[in-house]
Amino acid sequence: MTPEILRAIADSNQWWAIGPEMILGAAALALLVLEILLPKEHHRFIPTAAIVAQAVTLLGTLINFQTAWLGQETFAGMLRHTVYGQVARVFFLVSSLLVSFLATVCLPRTRMPRIEFYHLVMVVTAAMMLLAQSNNFVMLFVALETITIGFYILVSYFRDNPLSLEAGLKYLVMGALSSAILLFGIVLLYGAVGKVAVAGQTHTGLEFPILADFLRANPDNFVATVGTLLVLAGIAFKIGAFPFQIWIPDVYQGAPTPVTAFLAVSSKSAGIAVLLILVHGPLAALQPLLGPVLIAAAAATILFGNLAALTQRNAKRLMGLSGVSHAGYLLLGVAASLTVSWAIGAVWFYLTTYLLAAMAVFGVMAHLAGKDDADQELEGYDHLAKDSPLLAGVLAVGVGSLAGIPPLAGFVGKLLLFVAAFQARLYWLLAVAIVGVVISIYYYFGWIKTAWFETWRLPGAAESPGAHPPSTEPTLAGRLTLGLLALATVLLGFFQGPLGAWLQR
Amino acid sequence: MTFPNALILQLAIATPLAAALVIALGLPKRFSVKLAAVAFVVPAVMALWLWSQFPAGAGARYAFTSQTSTGLDAFGISLHLGLNGIALPMFVLAGVVGAAAGLYALRSGAERLKIYLMLLLIMQGGLMGVFASIDLFFFYFFHELALIPTFIMVGTWGGRDRNYAAMKMTIYLTAGAMLSLLGLIALYVKSGADSFDLLVLRDQIAAEGLRSTWGKYIFGALMFGFGTLVSLWPLHTWAPLGYGAAPSSAAMLHAGVLKKFGLYGLIQIALPLLPDGAAHWVWVLALLAGLGNVLVIGFITIAQRDLKQMIGYSSVMHMGYCFLGIATLSLAGAGGVILLMFAHGLSVALLFMLATSVHHRTHTFELSEMGGLAQKAPVLAAFFVAGTLASIGLPGFANFWGELTIFVALWNFSPWLSAVAVGGIIISAVYGLRAAAQVFFGPPSEQVQNATAKLPFPDLEWNERLPALILLAVLFFIGFWPRALSGPVDGTLREIYPAVETRAPACSCAYR
Repeated sequence: MTPEILRAIADSNQWWAIGPEMILGAAALALLVLEILLPKEHHRFIPTAAIVAQAVTLLGTLINFQTAWLGQETFAGMLRHTVYGQVARVFFLVSSLLVSFLATVCLPRTRMPRIEFYHLVMVVTAAMMLLAQSNNFVMLFVALETITIGFYILVSYFRDNPLSLEAGLKYLVMGALSSAILLFGIVLLYGAVGKVAVAGQTHTGLEFPILADFLRANPDNFVATVGTLLVLAGIAFKIGAFPFQIWIPDVYQGAPTPVTAFLAVSSKSAGIAVLLILVHGPLAALQPLLGPVLIAAAAATILFGNLAALTQRNAKRLMGLSGVSHAGYLLLGVAASLTVSWAIGAVWFYLTTYLLAAMAVFGVMAHLAGKDDADQELEGYDHLAKDSPLLAGVLAVGVGSLAGIPPLAGFVGKLLLFVAAFQARLYWLLAVAIVGVVISIYYYFGWIKTAWFETWRLPGAAESPGAHPPSTEPTLAGRLTLGLLALATVLLGFFQGPLGAWLQR
Repeated sequence: MTFPNALILQLAIATPLAAALVIALGLPKRFSVKLAAVAFVVPAVMALWLWSQFPAGAGARYAFTSQTSTGLDAFGISLHLGLNGIALPMFVLAGVVGAAAGLYALRSGAERLKIYLMLLLIMQGGLMGVFASIDLFFFYFFHELALIPTFIMVGTWGGRDRNYAAMKMTIYLTAGAMLSLLGLIALYVKSGADSFDLLVLRDQIAAEGLRSTWGKYIFGALMFGFGTLVSLWPLHTWAPLGYGAAPSSAAMLHAGVLKKFGLYGLIQIALPLLPDGAAHWVWVLALLAGLGNVLVIGFITIAQRDLKQMIGYSSVMHMGYCFLGIATLSLAGAGGVILLMFAHGLSVALLFMLATSVHHRTHTFELSEMGGLAQKAPVLAAFFVAGTLASIGLPGFANFWGELTIFVALWNFSPWLSAVAVGGIIISAVYGLRAAAQVFFGPPSEQVQNATAKLPFPDLEWNERLPALILLAVLFFIGFWPRALSGPVDGTLREIYPAVETRAPACSCAYR
């Protein structure tokens, strides 16, 4: 290796380019230091400090949205900064802020340590932000493993709850398996492309541009095809796409509610972000293979998610399985983006509406959860409209948006995806998606019905046993956050403003 | 400086929505009721004003237009408002029925009245918006905005079986709406316009044309999608159940106005844009409507023993005439449908309202348990009989003109189907008059006697008379002077329908 190459590599280490991730990571470490240094009675300020740190990072990222590195590669090609990467950064930061807010609601109910929770959320978020900008399989895998390992701990965070432990074990086994499959796929791609025997060679098949070139020249290389399929399977595990969704309901139920929200929103979006990077970057030449695979996976995911959610009586399992169907709609968008370029924007728009709506619903769930966090049956939502009109209203807006009912944001998200799918000529997939939406009305509306409509009872019959007022009354900050989420969901339904113009770029 | 009419159109939509928002923000109940009363009446007054201002000879052009960006211009979506000759009658209908339903709701004594009024106001705003939208995205958007409150009102303030009814309505109507949305998306993409703006779509299709195979599929999706929303047989089962359970004002607005969304969509959008596709489906539509909606549902209506269910079924039956009029693919047929929609909206709202008034007095909807109400409540009886006669289609009421025009168009289309349709009139006379007779005439039943013995038995109060008078007055007005509506309707149809008429089945030509 000549000094020139080394110098070029050193020059590409633009540390400011990953400023947000570094600030987040440093703040996460500072939290642990604070816990040691601060006297015990001041520990209650640490969650606030965590939230402030994330908010500052978010603000900085927003101010510096058009960074100088847009379109460039840094760190010797490990990272590539794009507009969608910037969008992903903002998205993951907003999501982690909301997860931290949920944690402030849920954690005080238990006697578990709190500071580590925020620490882990921030580290995982930083990894997700790097993942969405990765330009090399090593970067991708390391970021993905950081996320997965963080989640191993987070899922089983309530370690005195057997369901949480079971969920943790399940997630550990499934996560390890999916990482192994992903890694095997990466190795096959590397083996097909890499020229390991050539001395002094620094460019390998792990780099996306090299891989893209290779696949463009050899689109029907068998080993590369198998590797691609395995990589896709590994990612399908992370986003919960059929047939790799079996872990979803149990893990979603057992995990603490903030972690469930983190899994549902951030983890799924990270998977979709990686998928978008891969199918438009290194694997772009394999479209004839990717198209049918994505379409089949999307159709099966939509149908499975909606049908399985039909019979659920537990709010967390319902969110999990309906989340599977949302992964299906997103895959539909990814499939459409192969031929219709603006569909990438539509996918991100859908993710944004999903973030707002799902976080609103999880926020309500966090306030209603009792001592046992896994026990959130739908019967518990009886009389909610009477006990707490605010929570019931936010729930109705969130669930309605997930169902894709106008005038809420979810409708516009679905509409854009469907228009893109139609332009991409995915007619059958579109028909499946529409059937899925109609099925989903049943369970989503059933949920709203439980919260809002009083059950018709004979006079004198006993009240339903599950009814109980919210276990945690929302604080002022909680009310504001939930209200803002609902308001944003409604507003985004009929006024998209600059977002709409951005989509069509 | 004159107040611009386009602004009035926007205000007619915004007023109820703004009032709903103010009430939601926590206005005290006393003021909420007053504000709601104003917000229900203002759109009606504005609609009537715009009616009087509608330019003669506008043709297919839209009047009172305005266009506002919401951020999705790049996708051909913007808030484009305006009225043409087809939209105007529906807009006026929404205003008038909204005022009647709203005024009736003010004194309905519903629990949690504020939320009830708020939902009704949202519904009213949505309804005003549906018919004023030139952009199909907002056309669909406003429809759903009006539809969602219906579900909640049925589920919360409904009568017997309300949970089941609300669920069934939600699933059927969402499925129908999704299917029509699919059709609209297909239209958006396949026309090549990449726009939801009806005018852009119209120009694009006129210039480029649409491949006929696609026209067939798109029209099919729109026909069954909109058909479900209008209760086309056999997708109608939600309607009688839902109306039976719905609180009266919600039933008035839904059966009277919102349901017409589908028919309006077919006449305003589907037929002019997809005449070839329409020609493919004409007979399916005509047979489903003629045999299913008119005959089968007609007989089912005769068998009803529950007043509200009967009115619900009769409205399903009358939708059959509307579908038949559309299926003739003729200018006269479409014009008749618009008149009939207008008239039926008023008369069915009147009947639903009076049925609830009857229930307030007798505490039952069972026809067999009523009788002799006319002696106790002559005004109520007079209104009800007038509403029934209007709904049967007696000359002097607006319904007559609509049905007459449809029958004339139908005769040209298929004489034997028009025989079926005229037979339907006899059916509706049977159930309508029999219901009126059972409720109001004859000796008072035991139930009625008990009710009168225990409580004072008032005739219609003023808060019930006023909405009834509004509805009946408009029915009479159009009954005696149909030109006030048919003028604008005809002007628009004459420009957008020639392409449709050439696709009418061959047999019609023999009679011309």
